[in-house]
Amino acid sequence: MEYFSQQLINGLVLGSIYGLIAIGYTMVYGIVGMINFAHGDIFMIGGFIALISFLVLVSLGITAVPVVLLLVVLVAMAITALYGWTVERIAYRPLRQSFRLAPMLSAIGMSFVLSNFSQVAQGARVKPVPPIVTGGYTLLENNGFVVRLSNIQIIVVLTTVVLLGIFSWMVTRTRLGRDMRACEQDQTMAALLGVDVDRTISMTFVIGAALAAVAGMMYLLYYGVVDFYMGFVAGIKAFTAAVLGGIGSLPGAMLGGLAIGLIETLWSAYFSSEYKDVAAFSILIIVLIFMPTGLLGRPEVEKV
Amino acid sequence: MTDQTSPTSKPKRAPQTNAAFILKKSLLSAFVALILFSLMIGIRTEAGPTGQLIYWTRFGDLAIMAVIVFAGSILTELFRQWLAKRHHAPILPENITRGASSLGRLVVPLLLIFAFLVPVIFYKQRYILDLGILVLTYVMLGWGLNIVVGLAGLLDLGYVAFYAVGAYSYALLSTTFGLSFWICLPLAGILAAFWGMLLGFPVLRLRGDYLAIVTLAFGEIIRLVLLNWQHVTGGPNGISGIPRPTLFGIPLTAGESGLAAHLGIPFSPTHRLVLLFYIILALALLTNWVAIRMRRLPIGRAWEALREDEIACRSLGINTTTTKLTAFATGAMFAGFAGAFFATRQGFISPESFTFQESALVLAIVVLGGMGSQLGVVLSALALIGGFELFRGFEQFRMLAFGGAMVLLMIWRPRGLISHREPSLFLATRTKVSSDLVKEGR
Amino acid sequence: MNKPGIILDVQHLSMRFGGIMAVNDLSFEARRGDITALIGPNGAGKTTVFNCITGFYKPTTGMLRLTHENGRTFLLERLFDYRVSKVAKVARTFQNIRLFSGMTALENLMVAQHNSLMRASGFSLLGLIGAPTFHTAERHAIERARHWLDRIGLTARADDAAGNLPYGDQRRLEIARAMCAEPALLCLDEPAAGLNAREGEALSELLLSIRKEHGTSILLIEHDMSVVMEIADRIVVLDYGVKIAEGTPREIRNDPKVIAAYLGADEETAIEVMEQDA
Repeated sequence: MEYFSQQLINGLVLGSIYGLIAIGYTMVYGIVGMINFAHGDIFMIGGFIALISFLVLVSLGITAVPVVLLLVVLVAMAITALYGWTVERIAYRPLRQSFRLAPMLSAIGMSFVLSNFSQVAQGARVKPVPPIVTGGYTLLENNGFVVRLSNIQIIVVLTTVVLLGIFSWMVTRTRLGRDMRACEQDQTMAALLGVDVDRTISMTFVIGAALAAVAGMMYLLYYGVVDFYMGFVAGIKAFTAAVLGGIGSLPGAMLGGLAIGLIETLWSAYFSSEYKDVAAFSILIIVLIFMPTGLLGRPEVEKV
Repeated sequence: MTDQTSPTSKPKRAPQTNAAFILKKSLLSAFVALILFSLMIGIRTEAGPTGQLIYWTRFGDLAIMAVIVFAGSILTELFRQWLAKRHHAPILPENITRGASSLGRLVVPLLLIFAFLVPVIFYKQRYILDLGILVLTYVMLGWGLNIVVGLAGLLDLGYVAFYAVGAYSYALLSTTFGLSFWICLPLAGILAAFWGMLLGFPVLRLRGDYLAIVTLAFGEIIRLVLLNWQHVTGGPNGISGIPRPTLFGIPLTAGESGLAAHLGIPFSPTHRLVLLFYIILALALLTNWVAIRMRRLPIGRAWEALREDEIACRSLGINTTTTKLTAFATGAMFAGFAGAFFATRQGFISPESFTFQESALVLAIVVLGGMGSQLGVVLSALALIGGFELFRGFEQFRMLAFGGAMVLLMIWRPRGLISHREPSLFLATRTKVSSDLVKEGR
Repeated sequence: MNKPGIILDVQHLSMRFGGIMAVNDLSFEARRGDITALIGPNGAGKTTVFNCITGFYKPTTGMLRLTHENGRTFLLERLFDYRVSKVAKVARTFQNIRLFSGMTALENLMVAQHNSLMRASGFSLLGLIGAPTFHTAERHAIERARHWLDRIGLTARADDAAGNLPYGDQRRLEIARAMCAEPALLCLDEPAAGLNAREGEALSELLLSIRKEHGTSILLIEHDMSVVMEIADRIVVLDYGVKIAEGTPREIRNDPKVIAAYLGADEETAIEVMEQDA
């Protein structure tokens, strides 16, 4: 029971991270109809930026944990958002009118560029970082097994909730959010009504990248490592989460993320940890075969 | 699709503001690059001697990068304006590409003859022979994937899975049962085709992007299973000691029973390379022949019709599910053959060789070549694999350059090198269909 | 319970999308050898009916019985999409032309003959080895294609990409393609859309000749009243998914309910208008 509770907590935390990444996928798919294959690598870049920022700040003598965290999150979000913007401008915008395979291959190319760029720039070795946020709370203690809720876990979940709140507000209340929803429905009409489609699409990528950056930083804090390959696997899992929740649905992305996080953690805890990735990938296949609109998605009727 | 935003259609500007515009844009690009690279290049982290993280600064490199971006941006803008002055004419005008592929009638037999003579011409250079074998392997894979992606329009990002099935089938069958390469080759193909049908059946009704990512997931699953199923596949150590092919049962070894002894010529390890070269050449040509034939058969036409408009196909009574499955399985079969060849050529296989990068590379070869074009696949395989080889020694930059090349090529020439389609039958005149009309599949 | 002379018997067809009832309890009969027209204002559900008949939608309720000349019957609502064409021999064209634009006109017509050619090619195996039975079958298929190309006047452009053909030619090619599948029932969705008066007349001629020479029954959705009135034997009028009238062109022309539906007015106004006219 205690073991299960611990796994539950761990799974939800991991799921929050996946959810943040999944939002980026689902937003982009909703508005331009493409799977942003490079998004997972944006997450990885976010993690690296966070790592480097930590190092610099600490060496500059800033050691107060909340200050450091805040600064790093801002820096990581800003720079990673710029990466997202650049990727869209260079690799996707010129191909918007093109046929379907071109943006996909361009995205795959971008994914390779990003992951190998970080390999070249920072070396191929895994980068470990000492735990920055330590401590936590013991929730249960039974049969010698301790259920712990660590501070970092609290931070991850809280950050996710706050970001989700801001984001939902933005989508429903602000002009940008309205423009995004309009472009999702009908780009041509939105353009005719004066929506700056280019800017809206760019902002979608930027926001997705910013969220992924936060996810990257959370990942770094939680697991203590970043490596240049983590984007690929996390990307597929996050996309699975987006599909599971219903592509195009924001709450769905978060829900899907939590589900995937839970499934991965529980599978790893109770069955085998080597095949946990296989479990996550299989979920993608199963969902797409049996439930392609996901949990919260809207069913699409094909117009003949 | 409406022409909503064309960043390329700029109003005519006076020359002075032109320079100012370029300068401004390049400065902006350099500034962006500076920010992007500030931490990633400017600071270099590494795990220090005691396990903690250390770093050092590389501001010099950062400055150089910014300058490169600045200069590159200027050059790109100039180039783009030069293009615009030519009224957006394609870099290679239509008649040149068309002429080139009627020349293709000459090029193809020439290439073929050249291919046959490569081992003769380059007998002394093992490196070239090796490269030739590598190129031919990818050409075969490209022709196989061409059936799935180019003809039937199914976005397959997991082609490497069937490659792996073929390789591991041969490896296991030969090391466990001692079966020879020639017996295992068809078996590998059949097994791969079988897997193709198994994997294809549940997912082939998915739309484009979804199909792509599902096939990607399949590819990864297979790789992970191969990696972790230690006692069958050897896990990360793979399978070694895979027997080399024999010529009619005679091994190519140095001893008395070897082929060299039989033919009365001095033994040379190059013999094996030559044999391997001709085997892969034969396999590739087989793939090509089957693909061309099938294209002229109703099934091939149905594949292309499927790519053009699936709903219309259904309305004409075509069973789209079986049609897709045959394309998928046929492509898988050829990947299986190629995989078996790969295993016998290396003598050793491991899951490392069957990553997503491979699938992406083969897909890039197919798309770059121009979907459905056989000659295009050859040209792009030569270009890409040859390009790869140039980077030998700069391993790290290889994939980076490959990714960048993919992006650039898609922006420049999304339809591939060969930008038209040849109809599979004619009533009166041989015509060519421009790629702009050809759909790319769902 | 086969009704003699009826090729398509639609009974109580209903199609619901979420909360919307696109087609509501529609029943009508199409007689063999007739040209039956389905008309009605936009949004009346006509294309939905077509999609149900041709296997693209699964009707919510209802029965669609198709009877061949030899007496064989098919329940179209139970057939899987491609089987409606392959087995029940129902072919169709689309409101937004769905040609294979990257393939030539000739290739388009060959694809339509896919099933018979597949059998002849031994599901590709015989074809691969170049068996003569396949060659013969292919030649016949090309002949049939050529015959249709002549019929629609596109022989000179047989090797041009379908996407390059002018609009009117594309429409006719789509019809020819449907006919190459040798259907018993040909369903045309707005074949005259976008055609000028002269092309419309040519279309009418084509359809009449199809009916005469092949005995194919035709089911037609159309807005162009000149075409409908000229060639239709029977007309079924839909409005908001419900049948509001059925009869010969003359009966329909004088039916106040139909006029009301098209005018967007109610029946009394329509009768007034008609009496004023008379």
